[in-house]
Amino acid sequence: MDVSNIQDPMLPRRYRVAEVWEELDDVATMSLLPIDGPPRPFKAGQFNMLYAYGVGEAAISISGDPAVPERLIHTTRNVGKVSAALTRLRAGDMLGVRGPFGSDWPVEEQKGRHMLFIAGGLGLAPLRGAICQALADRLDYEEVSLLFGARSPNDLLYRSQVAEWGAFSGANVEVTVDTAARGWTGHVGVVTTRLERILNGQDHANVSAFICGPEIMMRFTAQDLVELGVPTDKIWVSMERNMKCALGFCGHCQWGPDFVCKDGPVFRYDQIGRRLAMREI
Amino acid sequence: MSAAPGEAYVISSPAPLIEALAAAGWRVIGPRESDGTISYEELWDPDDLPRGRSDDQEAGHYRLTDGRPDSWFDYVVGPQSWKKWLFPARRKLWSAEKTADGFQIDDRAEEYPKTAFFGVRPCEIAAIERQDAVFDNGDFTDTDYTRRRAATLIVAVQCARSAATCFCASMNTGPHADEGFDLALTELDPEGNHRFLLQIGSADGAALADTLPLRDATEDDKAAARLAASSAAAQQTRRLPADIAPRLKGKENHPGWQDVAEKCLHCANCTLACPTCFCSDVEDTNDLTGDNTERWRVWDSCFSVDFSYIHGGAVRQDPAARYRQWLTHKLSTWHDQFGSSGCVGCGRCIAWCPVGIDITEEAISIARDDG
Repeated sequence: MDVSNIQDPMLPRRYRVAEVWEELDDVATMSLLPIDGPPRPFKAGQFNMLYAYGVGEAAISISGDPAVPERLIHTTRNVGKVSAALTRLRAGDMLGVRGPFGSDWPVEEQKGRHMLFIAGGLGLAPLRGAICQALADRLDYEEVSLLFGARSPNDLLYRSQVAEWGAFSGANVEVTVDTAARGWTGHVGVVTTRLERILNGQDHANVSAFICGPEIMMRFTAQDLVELGVPTDKIWVSMERNMKCALGFCGHCQWGPDFVCKDGPVFRYDQIGRRLAMREI
Repeated sequence: MSAAPGEAYVISSPAPLIEALAAAGWRVIGPRESDGTISYEELWDPDDLPRGRSDDQEAGHYRLTDGRPDSWFDYVVGPQSWKKWLFPARRKLWSAEKTADGFQIDDRAEEYPKTAFFGVRPCEIAAIERQDAVFDNGDFTDTDYTRRRAATLIVAVQCARSAATCFCASMNTGPHADEGFDLALTELDPEGNHRFLLQIGSADGAALADTLPLRDATEDDKAAARLAASSAAAQQTRRLPADIAPRLKGKENHPGWQDVAEKCLHCANCTLACPTCFCSDVEDTNDLTGDNTERWRVWDSCFSVDFSYIHGGAVRQDPAARYRQWLTHKLSTWHDQFGSSGCVGCGRCIAWCPVGIDITEEAISIARDDG
């Protein structure tokens, strides 16, 4: 096979940071502009491998609106060596990007249904593009709901945009925190405690749910949705695993027969529910 | 005489073939004795081959021994495999240099001259084909692997003997290969009418054969080669059942995983010795000024805890979960991913396991019952 015309998929393209927003104490969002070619289209739920010079790469979901591909948006939390370097980047800094990679949230396919987004903590970042997409065609969906949970009021991501979605964009928004703080007047409790409320009066068989958050949160949320009568093939989750290449070569992200980088990160629940309930797979 | 693919001839020694390869500009890699093992290194001369050597292999055991003095290929596979040439243990992916406004990437690839693999065993042909499917997976192509592979010629050696650890016959990957080579040799009767059946597998192989002193293979020569293959197969005592892949499904909670984990040292020897294991990590190295950085790809193993690390901790903390990942991937989920087993029955993981864990024994025991 002649590979002289194929670009090495391990080679990043260079981008420059255009803007940075401090979101939370350890979380920042940045917009990126390409240096080595045109912007690449992406789908909501996909991810990029972001490279910080001299430090390394990390898989970071795209949190921008797929309708605006020229602004590549990523939200990172400082949890390790690479994400710390990425979170430190400032406007004008250069970084490397490979992608977009992976499966996407099937937003379009849910038209006519009640689109329910359920996010836990930073899990809102991979869902943001899908929420923007659904709200842009709000009237094509019977209902668009967001159930958003975080550990505490200080951990609520994209606070003003979440408020906007509820106030102006026609989304039914519920926010809950695990632990309240002084001044918090909203709900307290994990997201599963709000499921019945957000689905109250709805035809549960007509609900399509996109869930993103810690694995344990996704596991219990999906189980509860199924108990409430949401079809198992209308629930999707987004998985996180160690990734070094995002190409299916490095082997790190294997989860049973799936490569999370290629077959995921977005999986339909009826295909992976058994595995999601198992430990250390 | 003009040789053609599918034909078979007889040569009296493999030495002229090695010389012909070198004369045609091929770098020749082949078996050499080193560190008490058979290792695949550059051959400069036919005498570099470990002539007259054999091996004694068992679970957790490998020793080179004296074989029949004139034989060229009495030994079988050692701890290393051809993957170290196609998928090197360490390879620089690219380097970058800091510039005034960021960095510049340099992706010049390492040279890989046209290379002949001399002495590839049938199970190893199968292993190379397994890795071909991994590194060109339909979505992405590993350009470096594919470039190396395209520049590689395969001279196979059909096995006339099995080690006690071999189980290729049950994996349908040996001891005889019908295809996947440019040329294939079968050593016949080293203690009598010593000769080699030469099978032509490709046009490149035919062109090389044309430069050798050939004689047509008779029915006797071909029958002797078939007998060598069937006697090698008959020597094999280990096996894996053909339906092992489906039978390992749903066995995640079988107590056998804990039993084997109590023996397993998670040393990763099996994954390094395995000719199909493909997992890798990436390392970044910087010079002291920070102005130059390099990204390297290095072999990795699913037996290390860090392998599955994500924020919050490794996914597979329990050694039993790591052994289960390795074995079920190799024998079961590999089928889902690539349409074949990840195991070719070479037996390396059995011989090179320091505590002698036998993949065939563990898989059969876990597949046998519902736990």
